[in-house]
Amino acid sequence: MTLARATGVILAKELRTEFRSRELLGTTVVFVLIVIVLFSFTFNPTSTESRRFGPGLLWLAFLFAGSLMLQSSFLREQTNDTLAALRLAPIDPFSILAGKMAANFLFLLLVEVILLPVFAVLYNIAILPVLGQLLLVLTLGTIGLAATGTVFSAVAAQARLRELLLPLLLLPVLAPVLIASTEATIGVLRDPAELSLVWLTFLACFDVVFLTAAWMVGEYLLEE
Amino acid sequence: MISAPSVVAVFLLLAAASYGALIWAPTENTMGLVQRIFYFHVSSAWSGFVSFILVFIGSIAYLRTRALKWDWLSVASAEVGVAFFTVVLVTGPIWAKPVWGIWWTWDARLTSSFLLWVLFVSYLVLRTLVDEPERRALVSAVFGIFACLDIPLVYFSIWWFRTQHPQPVIGDGGKLDPRMGWVLLLCWAATLGVMTVLIRLRYRLEALRAEVDDYRMNAAREGR
Repeated sequence: MTLARATGVILAKELRTEFRSRELLGTTVVFVLIVIVLFSFTFNPTSTESRRFGPGLLWLAFLFAGSLMLQSSFLREQTNDTLAALRLAPIDPFSILAGKMAANFLFLLLVEVILLPVFAVLYNIAILPVLGQLLLVLTLGTIGLAATGTVFSAVAAQARLRELLLPLLLLPVLAPVLIASTEATIGVLRDPAELSLVWLTFLACFDVVFLTAAWMVGEYLLEE
Repeated sequence: MISAPSVVAVFLLLAAASYGALIWAPTENTMGLVQRIFYFHVSSAWSGFVSFILVFIGSIAYLRTRALKWDWLSVASAEVGVAFFTVVLVTGPIWAKPVWGIWWTWDARLTSSFLLWVLFVSYLVLRTLVDEPERRALVSAVFGIFACLDIPLVYFSIWWFRTQHPQPVIGDGGKLDPRMGWVLLLCWAATLGVMTVLIRLRYRLEALRAEVDDYRMNAAREGR
């Protein structure tokens, strides 16, 4: 089986597992919602203030959500030791990681797309005119989040205290993504909107670097 | 093994560097005596970087060869690098308070050094949470590689904020007293010496630990 087909099969399996229970997506959406509400107490959320602080808060909420949500990516496999079964399959071991990465990317993007209008309404930010640009920033930022998050989820699954460990590993490494996505989002929401090519390129570089790194270490990470 | 003469040599180098930094180098005109801390501040940062590069090398070499000695190099270098960056983060504010009037500012270099320190503290925390040596070596090598790849991204992303840090003046056309440059180089040589001795000691400790574990396992097997 080729790498692409195997990845597709793993991706389909991940999606099927999630959409049968939908517990992960539902819980994460509620979590981000709570964070968005709580953030409103930390500053005076008028329209101008929201434009300045809103994007940072939004991305911080997504990062927290990611660091909690991605735990289950490899933990789920541990309960019935299904990862061993996946390893036995005659496929490139990287496709397991890639499939999970793609699934996590879609889950996170879905959560973000659900919560973006809620955020826009609550914080009085008009997003409809710049929706396309916002989606571009969201996509690039989320690729980086999903790529590093999935690898670290595999790392943390092998350690004790993994619930606490994953955010500890993930958040400092994602600091560049937080900065770049926040700055790009602030630019898009500015009046008039400007899409910062510098930050978009930076996000793309981050994604390429860590996708490549994941591809290089993937086979080692999944061996027994 | 660490020979006594090499330890003595490093000690003498450190004594000479201290003499150079505290007495021989001229007092800086505007900042006064407190500027002298800068010789150890900057050289510690440089040696810290060298240690983190060794973590990168050790991590890659471990994944390729599966020889635990590379993991010992990684952990030794990470600990020494964190120690050096602790020195950087402590001496920086001591210098900043009289010169800038504040202990800390979220300027580019300060923020990135702090983040770098946090990254490798996370690396050390990860190591304490995995017990089995091969597994620990594997997951920390993966995280070590990711953390090192993150260093340039952290620097670039934070760089685009306004910087308050004094720009490097070495090689900036004759304004600097040449003695200052020599003392800085001497200090760097001394901290590199300290770094080498500490890493070798820590490496030996790790090797001895592995040996003790081996004996213990053999004894347990024979006792049965």
